[in-house]
Amino acid sequence: MRPDRSPSLRTTASEAEIVRFEGVGLRYGQGTEVLQDISLSLAKGSFHFLTGDSGAGKSSLLSLMYLARRPTRGRIEMFGIDTTRMSHAMLPRVRRRIGVVFQDFRLLDHLSTLDNVALPLRVAGVRESEIARHVPELLNWVGLGAALKTKPPLLSGGEKQRIAIARAVINRPDLLLADEPTGNVDDRIADRLMHLFIELNRLGTTVVIATHNEPLIKRFGFPRIHLDAGGVAVLPGSRTKPPEAEF
Amino acid sequence: MFRRRADLPFDHDATAAFLPAMIAMMVFLATLALSGALVLDNLLERWNRDIKGTLTVQVVPDANNSTKDVEARIDKTIRILEETPGVIRARALSDAELSALIEPWLGSTDLIADLPLPHLIDVTISDTDPPDLVALSDRLKAEVKGASVDDHRIWLSRVIRLADGLELLARAIMALVGLAAAVAVVYATRAGLAIHRQSIEILHLVGARDSYIARQYAKRALWLGTQGAVIGFALASPVLIGLGAMAKSLQGGLLAEVSFGPAHWVVLGAVPVVAALLAMVAAFLTVLRTLSRML
Repeated sequence: MRPDRSPSLRTTASEAEIVRFEGVGLRYGQGTEVLQDISLSLAKGSFHFLTGDSGAGKSSLLSLMYLARRPTRGRIEMFGIDTTRMSHAMLPRVRRRIGVVFQDFRLLDHLSTLDNVALPLRVAGVRESEIARHVPELLNWVGLGAALKTKPPLLSGGEKQRIAIARAVINRPDLLLADEPTGNVDDRIADRLMHLFIELNRLGTTVVIATHNEPLIKRFGFPRIHLDAGGVAVLPGSRTKPPEAEF
Repeated sequence: MFRRRADLPFDHDATAAFLPAMIAMMVFLATLALSGALVLDNLLERWNRDIKGTLTVQVVPDANNSTKDVEARIDKTIRILEETPGVIRARALSDAELSALIEPWLGSTDLIADLPLPHLIDVTISDTDPPDLVALSDRLKAEVKGASVDDHRIWLSRVIRLADGLELLARAIMALVGLAAAVAVVYATRAGLAIHRQSIEILHLVGARDSYIARQYAKRALWLGTQGAVIGFALASPVLIGLGAMAKSLQGGLLAEVSFGPAHWVVLGAVPVVAALLAMVAAFLTVLRTLSRML
């Protein structure tokens, strides 16, 4: 159920690198830089936790990856495409390869659970029959099978989070970015969601999860991208697979 | 086209009430303006038919003038007529022809011969490029004593000029109403984009193209525009029917032609359709243009 993707986005030599930052800086307005000289690359199929104190720039870093902002300086390549010089018309094609779980969920309150999760498929032109088959299946898997027609305002924080996760993974993205995806759920659900991410990762999705949850980081043992005072460092995990980030 | 489910929460914004009300007013005004233009077009066609073909110019004799003087004035009048663009032929009626014209009313030809009758010039004019009768009349009056063009034709010609201007005005009003409607849709759409900015960002982030979002606004504008257009047309129709009935009651006056036939109603019926389509296209283009400036 992967939506249409342009072959032109898949032909570069650096396709093995899903994300590449070179000397990236980001500031909001005239303020100081929240990210300074960030250089990193994420290999295809890697799995990283993104850590750092509050205000260290985790959400800002993720927003650059999901193309909600352009860097103030430096260069960013996503899937081998230089996004700093990418045309406006090209953005949707690249964004369809990225799934994002936002800390504040960003669901559309007037749409049902099913319609929220179906959104990435609808905008990509997937047939309604396909949507009717796959979306309930995934919602059943995340424990929301009974809430297909329920709208988000009637659901708990944890349920909303699961909708946001289902929306992010429904089209099996090449890159999954999640900002505190287990922040509002109990340990049992958190483990279940982590296993969903790991399963996606096994199928080839590159995963970056921003989290403060130290027990979760230790339990799963993936390498960390650690932000500190606007800079970045890598802390290797206890797992050898998937590959670590390169700096 | 009128699918109710939209990815954007349109049901909660103020344009739901504003746009139909505004389009209704615009359609009401445009329908009246168009009907005015159609009526004038009808009248102009009829009047133009009336003044096509021939024209009469008279030269009134002066009691002090000799026959020679009168003939000189007739010759000069004919020369001026022949010089006038749009005049094909000008011929003075002979005394016999003149007498024959009024004999049914005055009887004896001998009696007619003694009367100081005006001399008539029969003028054949072009159907496709008729002369400017007002200008011709002014020139004849200035250059030939006692010469004048048939008064009714002059009057009708002046009315036609006025009607031409009014028809142009009606069309200009329609164009302005259309422009005002488009501008209102543009600003309502921009307001809608500002209201739904966060939802639009979500759609963008899940990979929606600008055209996908623009289509949602266009469908919305078409739906609201259709509601308003139907209301506006429904309000204008009884006004037109009432005016038509009043004009008919004048029994044969100039305004008797105000009533509309089926063809006119078809043309008027295009106004709400065009208004709804205009709203749709204006919304679509506004969204595309605005979103092209967003990341």
